[in-house]
Amino acid sequence: MNIWLVMLLGGALTFGMRLSFIYLFGRFSIPEALKRGLRFVPPAVLSALIAPALFLPDGALDLSPANFRLLAGAAAILVAWRTKNTLVTILSGMAALLVLMWAAGLV
Amino acid sequence: MDPSAKSFWAGVGAEFPLLIGVFPFGLIYGALALDAGLSAAAAQSMSSILFAGSAQLIAARLVGESAPGFVIVLTIAVVNLRHMLYSASVAPYVASLPARWKTLLAYLLTDEAYAATIVHYEKAGVTPTGHWFFFGAGLALWTTWQVSSALGIFFGTLLPASWPIDFAVPLTFIAMVMPVLKDKPALAAALTAGAVALLANGLPFKLGLILAAAVGIVTGAVLESRR
Repeated sequence: MNIWLVMLLGGALTFGMRLSFIYLFGRFSIPEALKRGLRFVPPAVLSALIAPALFLPDGALDLSPANFRLLAGAAAILVAWRTKNTLVTILSGMAALLVLMWAAGLV
Repeated sequence: MDPSAKSFWAGVGAEFPLLIGVFPFGLIYGALALDAGLSAAAAQSMSSILFAGSAQLIAARLVGESAPGFVIVLTIAVVNLRHMLYSASVAPYVASLPARWKTLLAYLLTDEAYAATIVHYEKAGVTPTGHWFFFGAGLALWTTWQVSSALGIFFGTLLPASWPIDFAVPLTFIAMVMPVLKDKPALAAALTAGAVALLANGLPFKLGLILAAAVGIVTGAVLESRR
Protein backbone atom coordinates (compact mmCIF):
# COMPACT_ATOMS: atom_id res chain seq x y z
CA MET A 1 0.00 0.00 0.00
CA ASN A 2 1.20 3.48 -0.86
CA ILE A 3 2.47 5.51 2.12
CA TRP A 4 0.12 8.39 1.26
CA LEU A 5 -2.87 6.06 1.25
CA VAL A 6 -1.75 4.62 4.61
CA MET A 7 -1.55 8.13 6.04
CA LEU A 8 -4.95 9.15 4.67
CA LEU A 9 -6.67 6.00 5.97
CA GLY A 10 -4.90 6.19 9.34
CA GLY A 11 -5.68 9.91 9.56
CA ALA A 12 -9.35 9.39 8.68
CA LEU A 13 -9.68 6.65 11.32
CA THR A 14 -7.96 8.80 13.93
CA PHE A 15 -10.15 11.81 13.16
CA GLY A 16 -13.24 9.57 13.23
CA MET A 17 -12.31 8.30 16.70
CA ARG A 18 -11.67 11.84 17.94
CA LEU A 19 -15.01 13.00 16.59
CA SER A 20 -16.96 9.86 17.59
CA PHE A 21 -18.51 10.73 20.93
CA ILE A 22 -18.41 14.48 20.38
CA TYR A 23 -20.66 13.85 17.40
CA LEU A 24 -22.79 11.13 19.01
CA PHE A 25 -23.30 12.86 22.35
CA GLY A 26 -26.84 12.46 23.57
CA ARG A 27 -27.63 9.83 20.98
CA PHE A 28 -25.41 7.05 22.29
CA SER A 29 -23.39 6.46 25.44
CA ILE A 30 -20.04 4.70 25.65
CA PRO A 31 -20.57 1.02 26.60
CA GLU A 32 -19.12 0.05 30.01
CA ALA A 33 -17.07 -2.84 28.61
CA LEU A 34 -15.44 -0.59 26.00
CA LYS A 35 -14.66 2.02 28.62
CA ARG A 36 -13.00 -0.63 30.79
CA GLY A 37 -10.94 -1.90 27.88
CA LEU A 38 -9.80 1.51 26.62
CA ARG A 39 -7.93 2.24 29.83
CA PHE A 40 -5.60 -0.68 29.07
CA VAL A 41 -4.77 0.37 25.52
CA PRO A 42 -1.78 2.58 26.43
CA PRO A 43 -0.01 0.14 28.80
CA ALA A 44 -0.61 -2.81 26.43
CA VAL A 45 0.38 -1.14 23.16
CA LEU A 46 3.39 0.67 24.60
CA SER A 47 4.75 -2.44 26.34
CA ALA A 48 4.27 -4.49 23.17
CA LEU A 49 6.50 -1.96 21.42
CA ILE A 50 9.08 -1.62 24.18
CA ALA A 51 9.73 -5.34 24.89
CA PRO A 52 11.02 -6.35 21.42
CA ALA A 53 13.15 -3.18 21.17
CA LEU A 54 14.95 -4.10 24.40
CA PHE A 55 15.00 -7.90 24.39
CA LEU A 56 15.28 -8.64 20.66
CA PRO A 57 17.70 -5.97 19.41
CA ASP A 58 18.71 -8.04 16.37
CA GLY A 59 15.54 -10.11 16.06
CA ALA A 60 16.66 -12.85 18.51
CA LEU A 61 16.38 -12.99 22.29
CA ASP A 62 19.51 -11.49 23.83
CA LEU A 63 19.78 -11.52 27.63
CA SER A 64 23.57 -11.13 27.69
CA PRO A 65 25.38 -8.09 29.14
CA ALA A 66 26.42 -7.30 25.56
CA ASN A 67 22.80 -6.31 24.86
CA PHE A 68 23.38 -2.61 25.52
CA ARG A 69 19.80 -1.70 24.57
CA LEU A 70 18.44 -3.88 27.38
CA LEU A 71 20.84 -2.31 29.90
CA ALA A 72 20.17 1.25 28.76
CA GLY A 73 16.42 0.53 28.63
CA ALA A 74 16.48 -0.81 32.21
CA ALA A 75 18.24 2.38 33.30
CA ALA A 76 15.59 4.46 31.50
CA ILE A 77 12.77 2.52 33.19
CA LEU A 78 14.33 3.32 36.56
CA VAL A 79 14.69 7.00 35.64
CA ALA A 80 11.13 7.17 34.29
CA TRP A 81 9.79 5.58 37.46
CA ARG A 82 11.69 7.96 39.76
CA THR A 83 11.38 11.23 37.81
CA LYS A 84 8.18 10.79 35.73
CA ASN A 85 9.87 13.18 33.31
CA THR A 86 9.76 12.35 29.59
CA LEU A 87 12.74 14.39 28.49
CA VAL A 88 15.00 13.30 31.36
CA THR A 89 14.08 9.66 30.61
CA ILE A 90 14.90 9.90 26.91
CA LEU A 91 18.15 11.78 27.51
CA SER A 92 19.41 9.44 30.25
CA GLY A 93 18.53 6.29 28.28
CA MET A 94 20.22 7.66 25.19
CA ALA A 95 23.27 8.75 27.20
CA ALA A 96 23.50 5.28 28.79
CA LEU A 97 23.41 3.58 25.38
CA LEU A 98 25.97 5.96 23.87
CA VAL A 99 28.36 5.52 26.81
CA LEU A 100 28.10 1.70 26.58
CA MET A 101 28.63 1.78 22.81
CA TRP A 102 31.50 4.23 23.14
CA ALA A 103 33.17 2.04 25.81
CA ALA A 104 32.88 -0.92 23.43
CA GLY A 105 34.31 1.15 20.58
CA LEU A 106 31.11 1.03 18.51
CA VAL A 107 30.52 4.73 18.09
CA MET B 1 -9.58 42.02 26.14
CA ASP B 2 -12.50 40.35 24.41
CA PRO B 3 -13.63 37.29 26.48
CA SER B 4 -13.07 34.90 23.55
CA ALA B 5 -9.50 36.14 23.04
CA LYS B 6 -8.87 35.96 26.79
CA SER B 7 -10.07 32.35 26.87
CA PHE B 8 -7.97 31.51 23.80
CA TRP B 9 -4.78 32.85 25.39
CA ALA B 10 -5.57 31.12 28.67
CA GLY B 11 -5.69 27.87 26.66
CA VAL B 12 -2.34 28.63 25.03
CA GLY B 13 -0.88 29.38 28.47
CA ALA B 14 -2.24 26.16 30.00
CA GLU B 15 -0.75 24.19 27.11
CA PHE B 16 2.68 25.78 27.41
CA PRO B 17 4.27 23.43 30.02
CA LEU B 18 3.18 20.46 27.88
CA LEU B 19 4.84 21.97 24.81
CA ILE B 20 8.23 21.69 26.48
CA GLY B 21 7.82 17.91 26.36
CA VAL B 22 6.26 17.88 22.88
CA PHE B 23 9.00 19.87 21.16
CA PRO B 24 11.83 17.31 21.52
CA PHE B 25 9.33 14.56 20.69
CA GLY B 26 8.63 16.30 17.36
CA LEU B 27 12.37 16.60 16.68
CA ILE B 28 12.78 12.87 17.30
CA TYR B 29 9.82 12.07 15.06
CA GLY B 30 11.16 14.17 12.19
CA ALA B 31 14.64 12.67 12.39
CA LEU B 32 13.33 9.11 12.66
CA ALA B 33 10.80 9.39 9.87
CA LEU B 34 13.59 10.25 7.42
CA ASP B 35 15.78 7.55 8.94
CA ALA B 36 12.95 5.03 8.30
CA GLY B 37 12.89 5.98 4.64
CA LEU B 38 9.98 8.44 4.41
CA SER B 39 10.42 11.43 2.13
CA ALA B 40 10.59 14.85 3.79
CA ALA B 41 7.19 15.70 2.23
CA ALA B 42 5.55 12.52 3.54
CA ALA B 43 7.12 12.92 6.98
CA GLN B 44 5.90 16.51 7.31
CA SER B 45 2.43 15.75 5.91
CA MET B 46 1.96 12.93 8.39
CA SER B 47 2.26 15.53 11.20
CA SER B 48 -0.91 17.26 9.98
CA ILE B 49 -2.81 14.29 8.43
CA LEU B 50 -2.37 11.94 11.41
CA PHE B 51 -1.40 14.58 13.99
CA ALA B 52 -0.72 11.96 16.69
CA GLY B 53 2.83 11.68 18.01
CA SER B 54 3.09 8.09 19.17
CA ALA B 55 1.10 6.75 16.20
CA GLN B 56 3.40 8.68 13.85
CA LEU B 57 6.53 7.25 15.46
CA ILE B 58 5.11 3.74 15.25
CA ALA B 59 3.96 4.22 11.65
CA ALA B 60 7.40 5.51 10.65
CA ARG B 61 9.03 2.55 12.35
CA LEU B 62 6.71 0.07 10.60
CA VAL B 63 7.39 1.75 7.24
CA GLY B 64 11.11 1.31 7.96
CA GLU B 65 10.54 -2.39 8.63
CA SER B 66 8.51 -2.73 5.39
CA ALA B 67 5.33 -3.81 7.18
CA PRO B 68 2.31 -4.03 4.84
CA GLY B 69 -0.04 -1.05 4.65
CA PHE B 70 -3.04 -2.73 6.24
CA VAL B 71 -0.98 -3.61 9.32
CA ILE B 72 0.23 -0.01 9.62
CA VAL B 73 -3.34 1.34 9.33
CA LEU B 74 -4.64 -1.21 11.84
CA THR B 75 -1.82 -0.41 14.26
CA ILE B 76 -2.50 3.34 13.97
CA ALA B 77 -6.17 2.64 14.76
CA VAL B 78 -5.32 0.53 17.85
CA VAL B 79 -2.77 3.04 19.11
CA ASN B 80 -5.26 5.89 18.69
CA LEU B 81 -8.24 4.08 20.26
CA ARG B 82 -7.74 6.09 23.42
CA HIS B 83 -8.94 9.20 21.58
CA MET B 84 -12.47 7.78 21.73
CA LEU B 85 -12.21 8.01 25.48
CA TYR B 86 -11.15 11.68 25.23
CA SER B 87 -13.99 12.28 22.78
CA ALA B 88 -16.51 10.82 25.25
CA SER B 89 -14.97 12.84 28.05
CA VAL B 90 -15.17 16.28 26.36
CA ALA B 91 -18.46 15.60 24.54
CA PRO B 92 -20.80 17.07 27.21
CA TYR B 93 -18.81 20.34 27.23
CA VAL B 94 -18.95 20.90 23.47
CA ALA B 95 -22.47 19.53 22.93
CA SER B 96 -24.08 22.90 22.15
CA LEU B 97 -21.44 24.06 19.63
CA PRO B 98 -22.13 24.18 15.88
CA ALA B 99 -20.84 21.29 13.75
CA ARG B 100 -17.87 23.27 12.34
CA TRP B 101 -16.55 23.90 15.86
CA LYS B 102 -17.03 20.25 16.82
CA THR B 103 -15.14 19.18 13.69
CA LEU B 104 -12.28 21.60 14.33
CA LEU B 105 -11.95 20.69 18.01
CA ALA B 106 -12.12 16.96 17.23
CA TYR B 107 -9.19 17.38 14.82
CA LEU B 108 -7.21 19.11 17.58
CA LEU B 109 -8.09 16.51 20.26
CA THR B 110 -4.65 15.07 21.09
CA ASP B 111 -3.36 13.68 24.41
CA GLU B 112 -1.83 17.01 25.40
CA ALA B 113 -4.71 19.25 24.27
CA TYR B 114 -7.13 16.95 26.09
CA ALA B 115 -5.05 17.05 29.28
CA ALA B 116 -5.03 20.86 29.43
CA THR B 117 -8.64 21.30 28.29
CA ILE B 118 -10.34 18.75 30.55
CA VAL B 119 -8.72 20.32 33.61
CA HIS B 120 -10.19 23.66 32.55
CA TYR B 121 -13.64 22.21 31.79
CA GLU B 122 -13.83 20.34 35.08
CA LYS B 123 -12.99 23.53 36.96
CA ALA B 124 -15.03 26.04 34.93
CA GLY B 125 -17.87 23.87 33.61
CA VAL B 126 -19.68 24.84 30.41
CA THR B 127 -19.03 28.54 29.68
CA PRO B 128 -19.78 30.67 26.58
CA THR B 129 -16.03 30.90 25.74
CA GLY B 130 -14.81 27.45 26.85
CA HIS B 131 -14.33 26.29 23.25
CA TRP B 132 -11.83 29.13 22.70
CA PHE B 133 -9.73 27.71 25.54
CA PHE B 134 -9.82 24.28 23.87
CA PHE B 135 -8.95 25.88 20.52
CA GLY B 136 -6.04 27.83 22.07
CA ALA B 137 -4.57 24.73 23.71
CA GLY B 138 -5.07 22.64 20.55
CA LEU B 139 -3.66 25.22 18.16
CA ALA B 140 -0.61 25.86 20.36
CA LEU B 141 0.12 22.15 20.28
CA TRP B 142 -0.54 21.86 16.53
CA THR B 143 1.84 24.70 15.73
CA THR B 144 4.57 23.34 18.01
CA TRP B 145 4.19 19.89 16.47
CA GLN B 146 4.49 21.15 12.88
CA VAL B 147 7.54 23.31 13.67
CA SER B 148 9.36 20.65 15.72
CA SER B 149 8.70 17.92 13.09
CA ALA B 150 10.09 20.23 10.40
CA LEU B 151 13.21 20.96 12.47
CA GLY B 152 13.66 17.23 13.11
CA ILE B 153 13.36 16.49 9.40
CA PHE B 154 15.87 19.22 8.60
CA PHE B 155 18.47 18.60 11.34
CA GLY B 156 18.01 14.85 11.72
CA THR B 157 20.14 14.26 8.65
CA LEU B 158 23.06 16.04 10.33
CA LEU B 159 23.45 13.36 13.04
CA PRO B 160 26.24 10.79 12.55
CA ALA B 161 24.91 7.57 10.99
CA SER B 162 26.45 5.39 13.73
CA TRP B 163 24.33 7.10 16.41
CA PRO B 164 21.46 4.89 17.55
CA ILE B 165 18.77 7.58 17.24
CA ASP B 166 16.08 4.92 16.67
CA PHE B 167 16.52 4.02 20.36
CA ALA B 168 14.73 7.28 21.19
CA VAL B 169 11.45 5.56 20.18
CA PRO B 170 11.36 2.82 22.87
CA LEU B 171 12.74 5.38 25.35
CA THR B 172 9.83 7.70 24.57
CA PHE B 173 7.41 4.81 25.07
CA ILE B 174 9.07 3.92 28.39
CA ALA B 175 8.54 7.50 29.57
CA MET B 176 4.90 7.33 28.46
CA VAL B 177 4.09 3.91 29.93
CA MET B 178 5.47 4.29 33.47
CA PRO B 179 2.90 6.85 34.67
CA VAL B 180 -0.05 4.69 33.48
CA LEU B 181 1.11 1.61 35.45
CA LYS B 182 -0.87 2.80 38.45
CA ASP B 183 -2.48 -0.46 39.57
CA LYS B 184 -2.25 -4.23 39.21
CA PRO B 185 -4.57 -4.62 36.17
CA ALA B 186 -2.58 -1.98 34.25
CA LEU B 187 0.70 -3.62 35.22
CA ALA B 188 -0.65 -7.03 34.20
CA ALA B 189 -1.81 -5.60 30.85
CA ALA B 190 1.69 -4.23 30.26
CA LEU B 191 3.55 -7.41 31.28
CA THR B 192 1.36 -9.81 29.29
CA ALA B 193 1.46 -7.57 26.22
CA GLY B 194 5.26 -7.36 26.48
CA ALA B 195 5.63 -11.13 26.86
CA VAL B 196 3.27 -11.90 23.96
CA ALA B 197 5.10 -9.36 21.80
CA LEU B 198 8.35 -11.27 22.39
CA LEU B 199 6.78 -14.69 21.72
CA ALA B 200 4.83 -13.52 18.66
CA ASN B 201 7.65 -11.49 17.15
CA GLY B 202 8.07 -14.01 14.33
CA LEU B 203 4.49 -13.63 13.06
CA PRO B 204 4.17 -12.26 9.54
CA PHE B 205 3.13 -8.67 8.77
CA LYS B 206 4.14 -7.49 12.26
CA LEU B 207 0.81 -8.89 13.48
CA GLY B 208 2.50 -9.81 16.77
CA LEU B 209 2.09 -6.21 17.91
CA ILE B 210 -1.68 -6.25 17.45
CA LEU B 211 -2.01 -9.71 19.02
CA ALA B 212 0.09 -8.62 22.01
CA ALA B 213 -1.94 -5.44 22.48
CA ALA B 214 -5.22 -7.41 22.33
CA VAL B 215 -4.03 -9.99 24.91
CA GLY B 216 -2.81 -7.20 27.20
CA ILE B 217 -6.06 -5.22 26.97
CA VAL B 218 -8.21 -8.30 27.65
CA THR B 219 -5.99 -9.36 30.58
CA GLY B 220 -6.28 -5.93 32.18
CA ALA B 221 -10.05 -5.74 31.66
CA VAL B 222 -10.65 -9.26 33.00
CA LEU B 223 -8.50 -8.65 36.10
CA GLU B 224 -10.28 -5.38 36.78
CA SER B 225 -13.76 -6.86 36.46
CA ARG B 226 -12.81 -9.50 39.05
CA ARG B 227 -11.87 -6.94 41.66
